[in-house]
Amino acid sequence: MPDMRFNIPGQSLNREPFIDKIPDFQKKCEVMITDRGYKCKITNIVPLTSQEKLFLLRIVDPMERVLFTFRPGQFLMLEVPGYGESPISISSSSSNQEFIELCIRKAGHVTSAMFEAKQGAMVSIRGPFGTSFPMEAMRGHNVLMVAGGLGIAPIRAPLFWIGNHRDWYKDVRMLYGAKEPSQLLFNYQFEEWRKVSNVNLMTIVEHPDDSWKGRSGMITALFDEFPIDPDNTFAIVCGPPVMFKFVCSHLDRLGIPMNRMFVSLERRMHCGMGKCCRCMVGSTFTCLDGPVFDYWSVMNLKEAI
Amino acid sequence: MIYKVISKPEFRAFVDALVRANTSYGPRQVDTDRHGDPIYQFMPVSSADDIAFDYTVTTSSAKHLLMPFRGELSRFNFSDSDWKQQVNYETQPIVLIGLRPCDISAINILDEVMLKGPYPSPYYLARRKNTFIIGMDHLPLPDCFCKSMNRHTVNHGFSLFCSDIGDRYYLSINSAKAFSCLKEFQLDDPTDEDNCRLIERRKLIKHSFETNIEVSGLPVFLDIEFDSPIWQKWGEKCLSCGSCAMVCPTCYCYSVEEQFDLDLKGSTRESHLYSCNLVDFAQVAGGHNFRPRSGDRLKYRYYHHYRGFAANDNQQICVGCNRCGRTCLANINPKDVINDLRLERESCLTCVSTSPDKA
Ligand SMILES: Cc1cc2nc3c(=O)[nH]c(=O)nc-3n(C[C@H](O)[C@H](O)[C@H](O)COP(=O)(O)OP(=O)(O)OC[C@H]3O[C@@H](n4cnc5c(N)ncnc54)[C@H](O)[C@@H]3O)c2cc1C
Ligand code: SF4
Ligand code: SF4
Ligand code: FES
Repeated sequence: MPDMRFNIPGQSLNREPFIDKIPDFQKKCEVMITDRGYKCKITNIVPLTSQEKLFLLRIVDPMERVLFTFRPGQFLMLEVPGYGESPISISSSSSNQEFIELCIRKAGHVTSAMFEAKQGAMVSIRGPFGTSFPMEAMRGHNVLMVAGGLGIAPIRAPLFWIGNHRDWYKDVRMLYGAKEPSQLLFNYQFEEWRKVSNVNLMTIVEHPDDSWKGRSGMITALFDEFPIDPDNTFAIVCGPPVMFKFVCSHLDRLGIPMNRMFVSLERRMHCGMGKCCRCMVGSTFTCLDGPVFDYWSVMNLKEAI
Repeated sequence: MIYKVISKPEFRAFVDALVRANTSYGPRQVDTDRHGDPIYQFMPVSSADDIAFDYTVTTSSAKHLLMPFRGELSRFNFSDSDWKQQVNYETQPIVLIGLRPCDISAINILDEVMLKGPYPSPYYLARRKNTFIIGMDHLPLPDCFCKSMNRHTVNHGFSLFCSDIGDRYYLSINSAKAFSCLKEFQLDDPTDEDNCRLIERRKLIKHSFETNIEVSGLPVFLDIEFDSPIWQKWGEKCLSCGSCAMVCPTCYCYSVEEQFDLDLKGSTRESHLYSCNLVDFAQVAGGHNFRPRSGDRLKYRYYHHYRGFAANDNQQICVGCNRCGRTCLANINPKDVINDLRLERESCLTCVSTSPDKA
């Protein structure tokens, strides 16, 4: 029989009973996202190409639905129970609290499991995590968005934001490039973006096929087709690293200040909370200090590109 | 903090009582190495007889008792097309005996990393709150370099710390529970002589370090030497086995994995301690690897340890125990790598020879 005088009493930390008692909504969100996800139902699945699908998720709990707010550019950790978690950019409008849209490419274990999921399936999300595009700071300026390939997924959030606050911004232009015409995602929304959001959208493909009537070439070719006012323009660039390197150095030559160009970096992520260190670039966490960085910071990060 | 002295037999009786009443871990000899020297590890102990009080150093640190090699983060229980998530932070209190000052410093560093920032880890907090630490000082081994990292003494982060002052231990008592347990034994207030002996002991330890590394200004130096060929040179030796990170008391990078139960009725999400030296550490879907060469990964580990990351105020996280150096099969150790890095620059003659006063 152990001598109870020398027994160290346990200290309990089960926050479970406390979560419901936290009065501050913001605090409650923070507690929830570190380890517990919001349960979501997949309400709709839109196949885009053979490799990409758009998923509409709805948070099941009405209270949690109100709690989950995010800013354009942030990402979440999508959990397919049993398979694991993946970082995915939020691809919907931040003012839409009813649905969260995720545009997902089938790339491996978790994303393939998501591809198999049927409408009505339950998944879980933690988040939102990371930095966002400074939409307020861009007010009163021209906005130039450049998306390459799947880079359209994170760029849809600022695009919807601009649609909702169109009078805040002057000239808004979006350049969108893909390898092949069939890989231009969301082409069914192009007209809406042009007409309703008043965004000057230009597309380009690297390898045109017979049906393609638009421009072909690298995305930087589009810069010759319109004037850029370097003193008055903010740029948002999303795409594969090679692409944003080319695009940003081009914009740099045109005179856009480096701290007015924003890119979204992609790294391997396992926690989203600045703990696991998988996402480090130099001495910076992509999940906390990013994924949205201004180009000046990216240039100063070691191993960034 | 309360200071007392206790005779060695009384201390042993105290530890015995504590160990018998709690789940405890202490240094135990588990094997002998090829030279016939004992190998120690922090292992479960059930009485004071199990504990090697005069051990030299353990091969692995005590880190895994706070951050387990595999730790459950959450569970999913499936039913029809739905599931329920369970998160459990409950842990049992444990007693850790015989930690060295550098080991305790390492835990203090882990505290900074895991409990600061926007998302403190509740799993770590639960374990940390339930850990009772008894520290003990020792004379450094020839290859310890804790003094260079200023981690050869520690003044917080433990419940009780014992300094060996000959036939007695000089106790620094840092928790109410430790004090109330100790009151059951014969304690004395330190005499003037005890105080002198403590200071002598500290001096002795300080002067016993044979390995010293110049780490002042190293953060800037590492930034400048980011592209130094030194990294690839050492990288070619590195086997990318990850042993260094496993034994290190402050390596905490992890990976999150999820597994179905065998009956497919549920699944578990676990954190697994990982090493940045392993090849797929920074590999993303599609196969791109941000640190493809072993040299890139080795550099990254040194960068994390000796430059520090923004998250913990750019502090160096190495405590200088040299566990990584002893474990490495390729003979890579902090002392040689850092000296090599410094030497590379300091022996470079290209610019020095053109300087007028050197001519
Ligand atoms: C901030 C951010 C936003 C992203 N947004 C999107 C998006 O909107 N749509 C989309 O399709 N993809 C996006 N990705 C990429 C996506 O996270 C990876 O394709 C996905 O993690 C692959 O996981 P997997 O399990 O299917 O692949 P596996 O190869 O089986 O990956 C195993 C593990 O590696 C990690 N991993 C592998 N590749 C990556 C990667 N590229 N980035 C981060 N972690 C990785 C995952 O955590 C996963 O647990 C984003 C990545 C980041 C960092
Ligand atoms: S430094 Fe040594 S222990 Fe570490 S991964 Fe390389 S070979 Fe293994
Ligand atoms: S890097 Fe090596 S010497 Fe430094 S704390 Fe880790 S194991 Fe000890
Ligand atoms: S994803 Fe874990 S630290 Fe950034």
